[in-house]
Amino acid sequence: MNAVIVSLQLMVRPLLGALRDLSPILIVIVVFQTLVLQQPIPNLGGMIIGFLCVLLGLALFVQGLESALFPIGENLAHAFANKGSVFWLLLFAFLLGFGTTVAEPALIAIAGKAADIAAAANLIESDQLARESYADGLRLSVALSVGLAILIGVLRILRGWSLPWLIVSGYLLIEIMTPFAPEEIIGIAYDAGGVTTSTITVPLVAALGIGLASSIEGRNPVLDGFGLIALASLLPMVFVMIYGLLVLA
Amino acid sequence: MTALLLEIFDTFRNTLDDVAPIIGTLFFFQYVVLKKPLANLEKILVSLLMVVVGLTLFLVGLQEAIFPLGDAMARQLTDPAFLYPAGQTPTYLWDDYLWVYAFGFAIGFATTIAEPALIAVALKAEEISGGAIAAFGLRMAVAAGVAIGVSLGCFRIVSGTTLWTYIVVAYVVVLLQTMRAPKMIIPLAFDSGGVTTSTVTVPLLAALGLGLASTIPGRSPVIDGFGLIAFASVFPIMTVLAYAQFSAWQIRRQSR
Repeated sequence: MNAVIVSLQLMVRPLLGALRDLSPILIVIVVFQTLVLQQPIPNLGGMIIGFLCVLLGLALFVQGLESALFPIGENLAHAFANKGSVFWLLLFAFLLGFGTTVAEPALIAIAGKAADIAAAANLIESDQLARESYADGLRLSVALSVGLAILIGVLRILRGWSLPWLIVSGYLLIEIMTPFAPEEIIGIAYDAGGVTTSTITVPLVAALGIGLASSIEGRNPVLDGFGLIALASLLPMVFVMIYGLLVLA
Repeated sequence: MTALLLEIFDTFRNTLDDVAPIIGTLFFFQYVVLKKPLANLEKILVSLLMVVVGLTLFLVGLQEAIFPLGDAMARQLTDPAFLYPAGQTPTYLWDDYLWVYAFGFAIGFATTIAEPALIAVALKAEEISGGAIAAFGLRMAVAAGVAIGVSLGCFRIVSGTTLWTYIVVAYVVVLLQTMRAPKMIIPLAFDSGGVTTSTVTVPLLAALGLGLASTIPGRSPVIDGFGLIAFASVFPIMTVLAYAQFSAWQIRRQSR
């Protein structure tokens, strides 16, 4: 019984944190509904239950990440930066990008939404199976590209490549590809870049980059430690467009 | 209620599959490659269970509240009955949608200020730059960028102009700024583009975009509905670079 009370007390701080994170959004929604639209919120009961689920879910999620995944991830990053071989480091970088992205809730949500819309527009079959395989395909292409991006980013830190050049050539590639990709995939592709890098990925990847840059001689944590997230936002655009070219065209 | 429980159970099983790869990766490297057993395994297993349960509740709540709410608000704000007084013929011109842009601006700003990943990165940046990059200033710059990006993205959906043009122009501006901005800020500026769009912001923006695109005549949700997140990722790069350029200019002016 005591253990339950202790764990409940532990939950107060993350719950307040989640409430703080969600409150500006609640304020905007309430202000617009009551002052601008002057309408009651539709299906208020369901909305409140849903919002409580989101709040509790976010709190549990963040708390679980902080007390389990972050310490392990940071320890691993430092251990590799200090002594690990380049092969294992690169494999770890790839799997870290891939693993965090496949599990990303925002990506799961967006891929499902994208599949519903593609089905509604008759681009894919509208049965459950076809929609699920389309959504899974999108998620896999994004996860593969993020894994590859983190790998390239880690190589950049090891070798000291210039980030602006990598980024600029990446965006040039995207802008050359865009006119050839199917029109229906472009918006999703551009969005995929932003979707991939959220609450799970960012701190893990930032810890990896800064840890590496501060343990390698001649690297500046500010100049070399950041930049992994930028690459992880760029490459998914390329891969989703390729996926669109393969599946929809 | 039963339907909700069934949905939670279903989502829980899917979530388990989704979290497995990252847990597998971390444990593989810990035990097989580095060969260092974890100190308090029991606490870590409990925390991992919290991650899975949390993710499940979050996803269910998203389906129940955030997506329908975003959809409903976009629908109401773009409803001809709200936009035009009774008896007036709807014209669907871009300047009839000013409230939509205001809503996009407010929701973009609100979600970004509250973004935990951004807070973490901003504090880290302040720490390792020795205070040269202020955490609060960085967060405000990013939030302003997201707000501008989202309202411009809404304007794009309403006016039906192509996403490509905006993105190309935006990146040309970013490119020009990159050549002039203080070198130290560049990696961080590019990173903040990805940091901004989080677990809460993304579904809400997607719902807003899709809601807008499906109410305005002549817009296709497939082509016009997505793309808001792309706007919310590009503009923070611009505002963070601008913030750094402004600070550098101020310092130059003061030292003169």
